[in-house]
Amino acid sequence: MEKLARRRWEELKLMKADVAAKHRFAGGWRTTVRAGAMAVLIAGGASLAAAEDATTTATPAAPAAAPAPAAPAPDAKAAPDAKASDTKAGPEGAASGDSASVIIPVLLARELRDDPPPLSLLDLPPPDLGIAGAKLAITDNNTTGHFMNQKFTLDTLEEADPAKLIQDVVQKVDAGAHFVLVDAKPDTLLKLADALHGKEALLINYAAPDDRLREEDCRPQVMHTAPTRSMLADALAQYLVWKKWSRWLLVLGPQENDKLFADALRRAAKRFGAKIVEERIFQYESGSRRSDGGYEQIQQQIPTFTQSAPEYDVLIVADEGNLFGDYLPYRTWDPRPVAGSSGLVPMSWHPAIELWGGTQFQNRFKRQADRTMRPLDYNAWMAARMVGEAASRTKSGKYQDLVAFMKSPNFELAAFKGVGLSLRNWNGQLRQPVLVASPKLLVSVSPQQGFLHQFSELDTLGVDKPETKCKAYTQ
Amino acid sequence: MRFKVGFVWMLGAFAALVAPAPAALAYTAFVTNEKDNTVSVIDTEKLEVIKTFKVGQRPRGIILSNDAKWLIVCTSDDNIIQVYDTKTYEMIKKLPSGPDPELLILHPSGNPLYVANEDDNLVTVVDINSGKVLTDIPVGVEPEGMGMSPDGKVLVNTSETTNMAHFIDTTTHKTFDNVLVDSRPRVAMFNPAGTQLWVSSEVGGTVTVINPQDRKVLSKIHFEIPGILKEAIQPVGVRITPDGKTAFVALGPANRVAVIDTATFKVIKYLLVGQRVWQLAFTPDGKQLLTTNGASNDVSVIDVANLKVIKSIRTGRYPWGIVVAPF
Repeated sequence: MEKLARRRWEELKLMKADVAAKHRFAGGWRTTVRAGAMAVLIAGGASLAAAEDATTTATPAAPAAAPAPAAPAPDAKAAPDAKASDTKAGPEGAASGDSASVIIPVLLARELRDDPPPLSLLDLPPPDLGIAGAKLAITDNNTTGHFMNQKFTLDTLEEADPAKLIQDVVQKVDAGAHFVLVDAKPDTLLKLADALHGKEALLINYAAPDDRLREEDCRPQVMHTAPTRSMLADALAQYLVWKKWSRWLLVLGPQENDKLFADALRRAAKRFGAKIVEERIFQYESGSRRSDGGYEQIQQQIPTFTQSAPEYDVLIVADEGNLFGDYLPYRTWDPRPVAGSSGLVPMSWHPAIELWGGTQFQNRFKRQADRTMRPLDYNAWMAARMVGEAASRTKSGKYQDLVAFMKSPNFELAAFKGVGLSLRNWNGQLRQPVLVASPKLLVSVSPQQGFLHQFSELDTLGVDKPETKCKAYTQ
Repeated sequence: MRFKVGFVWMLGAFAALVAPAPAALAYTAFVTNEKDNTVSVIDTEKLEVIKTFKVGQRPRGIILSNDAKWLIVCTSDDNIIQVYDTKTYEMIKKLPSGPDPELLILHPSGNPLYVANEDDNLVTVVDINSGKVLTDIPVGVEPEGMGMSPDGKVLVNTSETTNMAHFIDTTTHKTFDNVLVDSRPRVAMFNPAGTQLWVSSEVGGTVTVINPQDRKVLSKIHFEIPGILKEAIQPVGVRITPDGKTAFVALGPANRVAVIDTATFKVIKYLLVGQRVWQLAFTPDGKQLLTTNGASNDVSVIDVANLKVIKSIRTGRYPWGIVVAPF
């Protein structure tokens, strides 16, 4: 998801950041971005954010250290969300009573990965990707919590070593943090779930789109806000079939993730009556992302690569890391649109969507994070809001009460998608409309009209109940 | 969908030609067109738009001053309230609000004005004469619906992401109770006697009726329409007849207005109107109910006595709010 999430519309801030730090470019892209971001933030005088970034960049050895908001201690007032909720409480002080509040700690665990940078400067991941969404949800939860005598805290763990990450999470869970938002590789997530087996811990996966985590490898105490690859592929396929672009030329990258996305696309083609006329694998050397020039050769290579294809309507690309897919639009041999991981892309959130009250949500995020909201931020927001929603509906902070409510048919989350979102009771996946969008604007929202389902049209996206391989979740 | 709108049109034309609707008094309805940055002025006797005038950006909530001389409009993207002359359509002045004002309501005495600012979790209290902000009242995330008790003592604000109806004392400007309702509450409306507060939940698909005295839930109303998906039933606008006996609830993309008996809380009828029906307004005599249909760019006119949709009136793009003046 994270990779699929990286779109190219992104922020001026990062562009500026990169420019500011250009002369320092030596130690790899990640350090470049971080240092640059700090420079810009300080220049901009954004005190809180700058202070946070400054602490992290002070330890350059850590690839992308946490904006770690204070200790997990329940009374921690230093967390950024505490500031926001205090402001709300400020002038009025109705029914607040901080001392009497029930504290509900939320933990965010993120496995830092050394992924190659995406092609476009606009797609470089901001250092607080995902975390910023969770922070906003905690602020939102606390505004409501103010009226409910509930207080939410967010503690963040970022770690490159999976074993260390798991160990740290277990420690925090033992210390009372029962709700863990996770951005990790599938295997790390599974190991983490197993390490927490029998403990009072709910994991909410907001990043990994892997279907297997909801199917054969599902776990009883793991829920998922990130849409699966099959949901994303189905959303795109429904739109393309509606558009009558049903002959696809599938181009996939050599990475494991690309193969998984291609699997989902093949499945979607079969389900919705599209035809893959041919498949081609795009082999590439992951060379340096930047070089002076570069377009000259690509301008020659891509037409050659896409020539002599059977008749097709749309080129579908599976390149989750955005390592080559963005070379395809406007360069194909035949004049054809591009969809998949580039061009027309299925996604959970788009920084330009303003439907269903989304404007205020986007604004709130922008004010807090100083950038636009990406799908991973949105998925993390939903994950932390699930905890808040369960707490306000049950008027409780108890782990069992909250989890029981989330798993009950009464659970519903409003998340700026026009309909209430609920959990699939067979594998813990959040069912949700999926956006189909161009880099700058929403094109459509799936499920498309006419794709019917006996229970919920949202279940026309992804693996449905009769097909599920998940057994553990309902046990 | 096109067919349905066409059908309503035809129905309206047919009714007008063959069986003329009972002669309605001439009133003036004002409709904010969210996408066009305009207000459409409708003559409720002729049932047609007589004027369209430009206002600020993204006009949404719209009300009248008590003497009906001022038209007060939330221009959300300008982050301000604009006041227009209801006869000349000239702008008189601007009133302050917080960011992204959406819905607003006046105290029954005619002043002050209470504004829900969707973007900063505050209800702003504004003196409409001096144009000064008197105070801000902190509420939940994304304040929207604004209801005023008939005696003017209690203001109710709904917050869309906090999912609460906040009860505010209008003398102290403090919230004294908060009632949890279903997801994304949009509109709060007292009945004329002040004995019921109706709150619509757009995503929850329900209307919660609360007793304002003890803030206990009297009833939760669900809707079922054959052939319409549960997800498409999204209650927004609520209006209650002056006699307090019947409530009308706009159901958004279900393209229907539900008619509800306020004694039994049972749905009597669903009226097919235009697409994505949101806000509602009665004519001052209570004989007609006008609905804004955002996705089909029109206003449907409901004959209240006969519970029939008698006409669709083309407006600007994405008609949002509506108010009817007694002239």
